[in-house]
Amino acid sequence: MSQTVLRRAFLRSVSAFGAAALFLSAMSEGAVAQDDRTSVRIGYAVSLSGANAGGAGITTIPNYRLWVEDVNAAGGLLLPDGSRLPIEVIEYDDRSSSEEAVRAVERLATQDEVDFILPPWGTGFNLAIAPLMARAGYPQIAVTAVTDRAPEFVERWPSSFWLLGGGADYSTALAAVMAEARDAGAINNQVAMISVADGFGIDLVNAARPALTEAGFELVYDEVFPVGTSDFSTILNEARATTADSFVAFSYPPHTFALMQQAQVVDYSPPLFYLGVGAGFPVFQNMNAENVEGVMSLGGIDPNNPLNAAYRERHQEVIGAPADYWASVITYSSLQMLQQAIERVGLDREAVTQELATGTFETAAGTIMLENNQLRDLWWVGQWQGGTFVGVAPTDREGASAPQLPKPGWN
Amino acid sequence: MLIDTLITGLVAGGTYALVAMGLTIQFGISRIMNLAHGDTIIAACFASFVLFSVFGLSPILALMIVVPVGYVLSDAVYRIIMRPLVARAPNAGALEVDSILVTFGLLFVIQGVLLVAFGGNYTGYAFLNTPVDLFGTIVAANRLLALLLALVFGITLIFVLSRTRWGMTLRAVSIAPENAPLVGIDINRAARTAFALGGALAATAGVVVSMYQTFTATIGVIFTMKALIVVILGGKGSLTGALIGGLLLGLVETFVAAYIDPGLTLAATYAIFLLLLILRPTGFFGQAG
Repeated sequence: MSQTVLRRAFLRSVSAFGAAALFLSAMSEGAVAQDDRTSVRIGYAVSLSGANAGGAGITTIPNYRLWVEDVNAAGGLLLPDGSRLPIEVIEYDDRSSSEEAVRAVERLATQDEVDFILPPWGTGFNLAIAPLMARAGYPQIAVTAVTDRAPEFVERWPSSFWLLGGGADYSTALAAVMAEARDAGAINNQVAMISVADGFGIDLVNAARPALTEAGFELVYDEVFPVGTSDFSTILNEARATTADSFVAFSYPPHTFALMQQAQVVDYSPPLFYLGVGAGFPVFQNMNAENVEGVMSLGGIDPNNPLNAAYRERHQEVIGAPADYWASVITYSSLQMLQQAIERVGLDREAVTQELATGTFETAAGTIMLENNQLRDLWWVGQWQGGTFVGVAPTDREGASAPQLPKPGWN
Repeated sequence: MLIDTLITGLVAGGTYALVAMGLTIQFGISRIMNLAHGDTIIAACFASFVLFSVFGLSPILALMIVVPVGYVLSDAVYRIIMRPLVARAPNAGALEVDSILVTFGLLFVIQGVLLVAFGGNYTGYAFLNTPVDLFGTIVAANRLLALLLALVFGITLIFVLSRTRWGMTLRAVSIAPENAPLVGIDINRAARTAFALGGALAATAGVVVSMYQTFTATIGVIFTMKALIVVILGGKGSLTGALIGGLLLGLVETFVAAYIDPGLTLAATYAIFLLLLILRPTGFFGQAG
């Protein structure tokens, strides 16, 4: 009995405390709404540890840090009235768990009350937080998310933006490059293809099969391998035993590195050698030196774009490591878009979303204008040429290098 | 084709055996289920990466540094962290549970230190990535080295354990820890030596694996899982079992990839694992209990 009374008293005091806290936070919110704010709060949750840390650590985190460093070194974010506010960062580790990412975003939105939230690394993670971001009214500029269903997602979450295309884009562009090379006599019409049994690999290979068949190619070897595979000697020997001139692998970074190493050992150097994610990573070039020449993959850069060159130099200088050749520059450019949108319309999230959707932005990746909330002007196929991973398709895009096939043999 | 597959499988299995031997010796003699085993391997990977890329030291020479360091550090870990657990555990079962919890914590400590020191990026270098012609089959020299080291260390240790007085004391502690003191064996010292030996084996595996596999600070658990499968397959605490279990795993994966479907390698591994658990729960060379 007395215990119940005690508990009630306790509950009452808790709720009184809660009300007081609410009141206080309402007060402080009112204060923030006034013009005496001292910073722009930007939060994000990315995989600092766990299975995804390898990908996030190369593409996402360095560019977030570089951008914040660049902006704050210039005195902060420029606002429409000409004043500048420094960026205050709130960083969480989602420990490579999408549940954790959702919790962290919830926290950023409701407790930390940040002004903007930067997206996590990975397609699944971006999809996981999308409903929450849309509900809380935050624009979501998803970069490291490859999805063919972006148009559908834009309809569902109008404040979401998708900047890296879909699996079909990469696969059909590759098929087009290959068809051209075949018609020029550089390769025959047979393909050996492998793919990882996981989201990205499945998406790309499902789009690649019909695209290659339609282009008149014959798939003489088409196998799927599990994510945990670390030894590819059997697969490479079987691919080599075919008469195919093209080897295509839709792989994740660990597979990409292993495939490249083992292909050199078994001296398998087909005229067209295409690998998946990771072929544009600095470590790939470090490990394979001049043997990277001619290897194809996703992404690429325009080697003659001075803005991109300046960005890469700055990345090396501040982060102490080179940027990767696929999504790094897009990640940095997405932040420049946010920065320029804020400069034009201020910190109102709805106005920023509107500006992102309709504005034109000057970024390290060139002039960007989104179409239906998506970036469509991308390098779908790239190739290592003279120590740089250059974009080769779309072939009619400005700055495109001509694909060089057949690839030279290993040294 | 058959010879090809056989050799490729044995070479792949060499890595598995090398990775598993340290775990089995720690578990069999020290009774410590070391979940931080994979992270010890990764720490050694980073150590040889630094020695190679900063000091230009060949990974073969790095073995001479990293392996003794692995021994000394594991010895220290045993003295500082494991010894109190052993002292207070009422029986071997309780020690196994406690050690799982503690090494689970240790895993995150090692991982955290590596993350702070090296970040979460993929790291790697190429060394001895040269073809070797083995009876007409081309294999990578670095992977072949893993197989050779597994065989050399495995067979040497098996011989030492079964034929020398020192080995006999270790085995006595493994088989009858409660009786060993009665014949004047210092259990504490024997267990510590075994744990440190396991650490040295993990360091060996790390240096060799780093020559051909890219790694990140957080993938240690993958090695621990592979090692656990091999250890259970071969029988807890049996070095012969770890050696044969590792080679078998490599053979199974390669044969399935070559003759059935590369997509089924993982499924085949676990099918064998399950089959063994049903038919012979103690593993190929394990003792009951």
